[in-house]
Amino acid sequence: MSETVRAIPPQVEAAPGGREPPRRKAVRGETTFFKLSDVRSERPATRFALIAATIVFLSLFLLSPFVVVFIEAFSHGLGVFFESLTEPDAIEAIKLTLLVAAIAVPANLVFGLAAAWSIAKFSFPGKSLLITLIDLPFSVSPVVAGLVYVLLFGAQGLFGSWLAAHDLQIVFAVPGIVLATIFVTFPFVARELIPLMQDQGTVEEEAALTLGASGLRTFFTVTLPNVKWALLYGVLLCNARAMGEFGAVSVVSGHIRGLTNTMPLQVEILYNEYNSVAAFALAALLASLALVTLGLKTLLEWRHGDALKRRHGH
Amino acid sequence: MSLALAKLKPWRFTTPSVLPGFAPAFGYTLIYLGLIVLAPLSALVWRASGLGFDGLYRVATEPRVAAGLSTSFTISFAAAAIDVVFGLLAAWVLTRYRFPGRGLLDAAIDLPFALPTAVAGISLAALYAPNGFFGAPLLQLFGVKVAFTRLGILVALIFVGLPFIVRTVQPVILEFEPELEEAAATLGASRARVFWTVILPPLLPPLLTGFALAFARAVGEYGSVIFIAGNIAYVSEIAPLLIVVKLEQYDYAGATGIATIMLAFSFLALLAINLIQAWSRKRLGHV
Repeated sequence: MSETVRAIPPQVEAAPGGREPPRRKAVRGETTFFKLSDVRSERPATRFALIAATIVFLSLFLLSPFVVVFIEAFSHGLGVFFESLTEPDAIEAIKLTLLVAAIAVPANLVFGLAAAWSIAKFSFPGKSLLITLIDLPFSVSPVVAGLVYVLLFGAQGLFGSWLAAHDLQIVFAVPGIVLATIFVTFPFVARELIPLMQDQGTVEEEAALTLGASGLRTFFTVTLPNVKWALLYGVLLCNARAMGEFGAVSVVSGHIRGLTNTMPLQVEILYNEYNSVAAFALAALLASLALVTLGLKTLLEWRHGDALKRRHGH
Repeated sequence: MSLALAKLKPWRFTTPSVLPGFAPAFGYTLIYLGLIVLAPLSALVWRASGLGFDGLYRVATEPRVAAGLSTSFTISFAAAAIDVVFGLLAAWVLTRYRFPGRGLLDAAIDLPFALPTAVAGISLAALYAPNGFFGAPLLQLFGVKVAFTRLGILVALIFVGLPFIVRTVQPVILEFEPELEEAAATLGASRARVFWTVILPPLLPPLLTGFALAFARAVGEYGSVIFIAGNIAYVSEIAPLLIVVKLEQYDYAGATGIATIMLAFSFLALLAINLIQAWSRKRLGHV
């Protein structure tokens, strides 16, 4: 029997003619409502049930909390909505949120570039440990993130008495809010850049350098343009989190109205005072920010998906 | 001879490169990482070491804290488990089927990442309150109270964790080789059998990773939970809230103790995720 097997010339299997005809270039596994006879899909009834279940689940659990923000915000009309947003406390909260984001996002942007440059373009021992440490703030609870700064700079903290002696205040003041925000948004830019720059390698930079470009010029004309979309993507997510952070900021802020209240904290205060319309008006502003962020993010993925993703070997 | 040469060569931290700027970039990275992340976290660990294991144990077994920790861990576990089921469903439907509104739903998966937690918190509380859009019918038709109960915490944590599952599973479904399912089908396997024996096994590692991510996030979650939880001591208080409560009582040791337990859990979750990914790489050749 083994003789007959061996008798089959091996070329038959390898010959291109022996294979099935090239199929239509299908998007992997996609099916439509109308194309039904596919062995790789469920029966139409099953498929319909699965789609329906997904739509129902996502509408109930994901979309409805988002939609309700706007329904509640406009429940007493546009006038009340805008009145709530132009309250002095609300304006102070908006200003502080913008200020905090304006410091935290550039700080983490510069860090992200420095970290990605050293990690992606050079090789040194302990690299994966460093990457893990950079990602660490994502796995720490925001409340713990706030607490660590209270333990360092609070009245009872490590530097508490020194700060008090020099009349400096970090916790329950703006610097603490900025620090806590930087902590929770720490990895956003770096984690977008590192894998991408690792995949891009150093060939283009080396070419620029051998052609006589300076290090800085190489960075600004070769490296930066190569990662600009990923950079924008990281900044977008970093900014959304910086403006929306609640837990960490809540612990370090001390909730002083008009002084240390960011928008999310002001939302909490108004809500706890049963001033629901004003709370939802500010919340609607934050939800709009989330909407814009998601819109831009989807646009970036759609237009520049290739420039965002690592170029896989396969 | 080569050995002698190797000994003569000075030891270098990096392999030589023509690219400039390693030292300043690397130095800045280390200093910034140290100042913002590592030093504050070390301060927490240093404070906790002052408590000792006895002190930590005493904090953790304080009835109110023990109740809070068990609430956080059990409800987070349940929420992550529910997310695995519905996240797999959503990932499958959104990747495999084309239907009107698919793009919109796919983009909406990231809503919990983008929506500030306090906003999600108050809107969930308003939705499920006894007079809310969902709360009123649930109460009148089924007599179920969601807001200000443990069920409310579950709903909030399901919301928070869902994108973790969908976004880790989706790329793997997209990478499936069509031949495997086709081969199974032509060999006579029913669609259900194909699902259990061909589709599900490679999805197991991403599902586990997603579960661990969602679980870890849920345990630490604060903003979206506290508004809907009602925060009744011994019933619906979560661990992060207890840290805040302890801080407001100037009980720094208590706050440090709870935070240390949660930090240790974060490290464990991080380790578990790395192990799952290493295992999946070994088994499947990719993440």
